[in-house]
Amino acid sequence: MWEFLQTYGPRLLDGALVTCAQFILAALVACVAALAAGLGRLSSLWPVRSLSVVYIELFRGTSLLVQLYWIFFVLPLFGISLPKFEAGFLSVGLNVGAYGAEIVRGAIQAVPRGQWEAGYALSMSPAKRMRRIILPQALVLMLPPWGNLMIELLKGTALVALIAVPDLMFVAKQINGATFRSAEAFGAALLVYYLLARVLITPAMRGLERAMARRLGRA
Amino acid sequence: MTFDWNWEFAFEILPRLLRATINTLIAAGVGYGIAMILGLVFALALRSSGRLPRTLLREVLEFIRSTPLVVQIFFIFYVGPQVGITLSPWVAGMIAIGLHYSAYLAEVYRAGIEAVPRGQWESCRALNLTTRDSYVRIILPQALPHAVPGMGNYLVGIFKDTPMLSVIGVTELMQAANSIGSETYRFLEPYTLVGLIFLALSLPTAGLVRLGERRLRRKLGL
Repeated sequence: MWEFLQTYGPRLLDGALVTCAQFILAALVACVAALAAGLGRLSSLWPVRSLSVVYIELFRGTSLLVQLYWIFFVLPLFGISLPKFEAGFLSVGLNVGAYGAEIVRGAIQAVPRGQWEAGYALSMSPAKRMRRIILPQALVLMLPPWGNLMIELLKGTALVALIAVPDLMFVAKQINGATFRSAEAFGAALLVYYLLARVLITPAMRGLERAMARRLGRA
Repeated sequence: MTFDWNWEFAFEILPRLLRATINTLIAAGVGYGIAMILGLVFALALRSSGRLPRTLLREVLEFIRSTPLVVQIFFIFYVGPQVGITLSPWVAGMIAIGLHYSAYLAEVYRAGIEAVPRGQWESCRALNLTTRDSYVRIILPQALPHAVPGMGNYLVGIFKDTPMLSVIGVTELMQAANSIGSETYRFLEPYTLVGLIFLALSLPTAGLVRLGERRLRRKLGL
């Protein structure tokens, strides 16, 4: 086991770094997509609303793997050719963003009516009311489910290995193919994913939750 | 290559894809069956045994939930032969997907069991029921309605995760599309059709789950 890590540790580390990069970029895509689609679903303009619904249902109704292959193999036929790295984090981000949109919508709707009415009474414009009153409170409500979603996102990034992005899972597969030491290769990958989820993402989200609650004076 | 949707080709491959869809549904069904049973075992184990095994089991379930299913599928498929158990792709895939989702269902069951009022347990005690009888006849029947919405969501989830089985060569929908693609060098029709088949199956199912949830809530007076 020790000499396995000595030989393949650096390569696994490279893979883990690619996974981290994919995770961060996909998380950014997911945040933007979720906020846009979540707000879009509540819009009073029907084209915006239906566009958001189509996006959400399309990405929630099919598998991430199908979306990944479609974006990587089929989209070039429409003239949009994405390199594998970009295709990877875009698919994962858009997929998770569709789930996130429902969280955003639920959280915005869960902000008490009185807050909306108070904003109206102070004759704030709808945009200002959303930005200054509603969204900050909704953010506190949506953070706990977002924590779970970020774990799902991390797990989703493992699929980009299937379009040959050299992430952790890809490296593990390569080592397995070269050495047939499957237990060590995939076991090490599983362990790294677990550590990323347990030591980095979950505590970071908890910290964010606490910080947001404090800023709103609720902790 | 340019965009040229070929209807003739699409209709030619549709029967093959639909046949593979049956395999996808079987995989989802069998995987879900395993997950339902294993999940219940885990949920009960989490409640009963001593402190140490309980913490250990909780950590193991957390591990299963927070690592990618694809890696788990590879792990089970390739590590089996290393220790002398050769698993077919189907068996390895079903174990992996069943185990993965059992970790989620254990949480759903646990929440359901905890939603049963304490008084019910006390009545069981008062009527001198054995632990087994209390669970089977009193607690679980009342816990189940609380668990149904979560269970429905994971049914849709397991269905959407079956394409991952294609990585070890289970002949389901995604695998069929992949082999059509590599035989004909046409990816537009197979992958688009796969997407449409998934939409056609998962949207109604998700709708039914939501409808059932609403009806159940009304029945329970929630």
